[in-house]
Amino acid sequence: MQGGLSRVLDALHGSTIADLVPGSGGFVLYTVTGGYPTPPAGYRLTVDGMVARPLHLAVPDLEALPATRLTADFQCVTGWRVDNVHWVGVRLTDLADLAGVLPGATAFHFRSFDGVYTESLTIEQARESGAIVAYSMLGAPVTREHGGPVRLAVPTMYGYKSIKWLSSISLVDRVQPGYWEVNGYPIDAWIDGRPPAVRP
Amino acid sequence: MDRRAATGRTPVSRTGAPPTPTRPDTPLVRFDRVERTVHWATAALFGIVVVTGAALFSTPVVALVGRRALVEQVHVAAGLALPVPFLVGVAGRWGRGLRSDIGRFNRWSPADRDWFRSAFPARGRRLRAPDGLPIGKFNPGQKLNAAFVAGAGIVMLVSGCILRWFRPFPLSWREGATIVHNWLAVAFVLVVAGHVVMALTHPEERRSMVHGDISRAWARRRAPAWLGEEATGPDPGKRRGS
Repeated sequence: MQGGLSRVLDALHGSTIADLVPGSGGFVLYTVTGGYPTPPAGYRLTVDGMVARPLHLAVPDLEALPATRLTADFQCVTGWRVDNVHWVGVRLTDLADLAGVLPGATAFHFRSFDGVYTESLTIEQARESGAIVAYSMLGAPVTREHGGPVRLAVPTMYGYKSIKWLSSISLVDRVQPGYWEVNGYPIDAWIDGRPPAVRP
Repeated sequence: MDRRAATGRTPVSRTGAPPTPTRPDTPLVRFDRVERTVHWATAALFGIVVVTGAALFSTPVVALVGRRALVEQVHVAAGLALPVPFLVGVAGRWGRGLRSDIGRFNRWSPADRDWFRSAFPARGRRLRAPDGLPIGKFNPGQKLNAAFVAGAGIVMLVSGCILRWFRPFPLSWREGATIVHNWLAVAFVLVVAGHVVMALTHPEERRSMVHGDISRAWARRRAPAWLGEEATGPDPGKRRGS
């Protein structure tokens, strides 16, 4: 049904009503604070917590690391979906290896520089999902409204796991529920209810 | 039952003419206090639902407002509260006027069919409500509007509940509920906007939703069958001088 509606929407493309009613092939832009936050001057992504070498990475530092490209459907837990979104970034587990995970760390805790939003993933879920710290989306730098300069992209999990405006990644010894999870969303956000069988 | 009936005298026999033209133009009660309260409470809640709904789904408004969790809570609370004024209004002893108007909405007369024929005349002609048909208290356009609001309101409530309490529902249900809720919301706003335009361009009818009463001259023109009901109904003296 959504495919048929998308075709109708393509025909309507550019018309006011199609712009006003997303959820049929386009992103619905969410923010939990009063607008889209501006990155702090001299933005750096922090990787800290239970690590041997805390990292402070500017966007060019991330771009210099081995890149992972992936294409995945972006699925919101409330039902809308954007097919085949292309991402480029650094695999979360690669970043963790770079920082040196200390024994006892089992999970990531993510914070946004909007000051409010948080998220979580176990290290195992990060590996199983192939989550990346993304600086490019749909062939261009991640825009401000889509969570730029740097956000998470967690394929095979619902969209709320892909935290926008990412400012810090902490290695922690147990999962701390994120913003929507405190508000009742599932902490394990697999779209199919379980991890994908094989990751390429 | 009626004082005049008890004396065997009616206005007709007293004046020797049909009752309506010779009566003093005492206003009729079009909407009683309960109906008006239900209307304006529902309108206020609808306004909240529309504004917060826009702040959840329309990208430019989302950018302006943000605060998704709070906006969502207000939207859900107002949405769940929307049917409450109506249900309270219709339930009690005080709901007689509202209940009988609902009955009127659900009955279609041959005059209604003729009204549609002449309200939508040949291409290029101006759309206007025709005079001279024995239309009741509500014209067929208003009846259609009421049917849409009732049906679409239930669908919005159900699809909204699926979106709010999504966990038991499979993803395909949520996708369907999203599409239905968004698009029906647009249709709903357009229909209500039409309702508001009609109110703005019809001052006498609009005033009757504020003060309750409307002139017999209006009823003669727009709702002659209702005027007949009021004149020959079981309790014709009740509303005089109100």
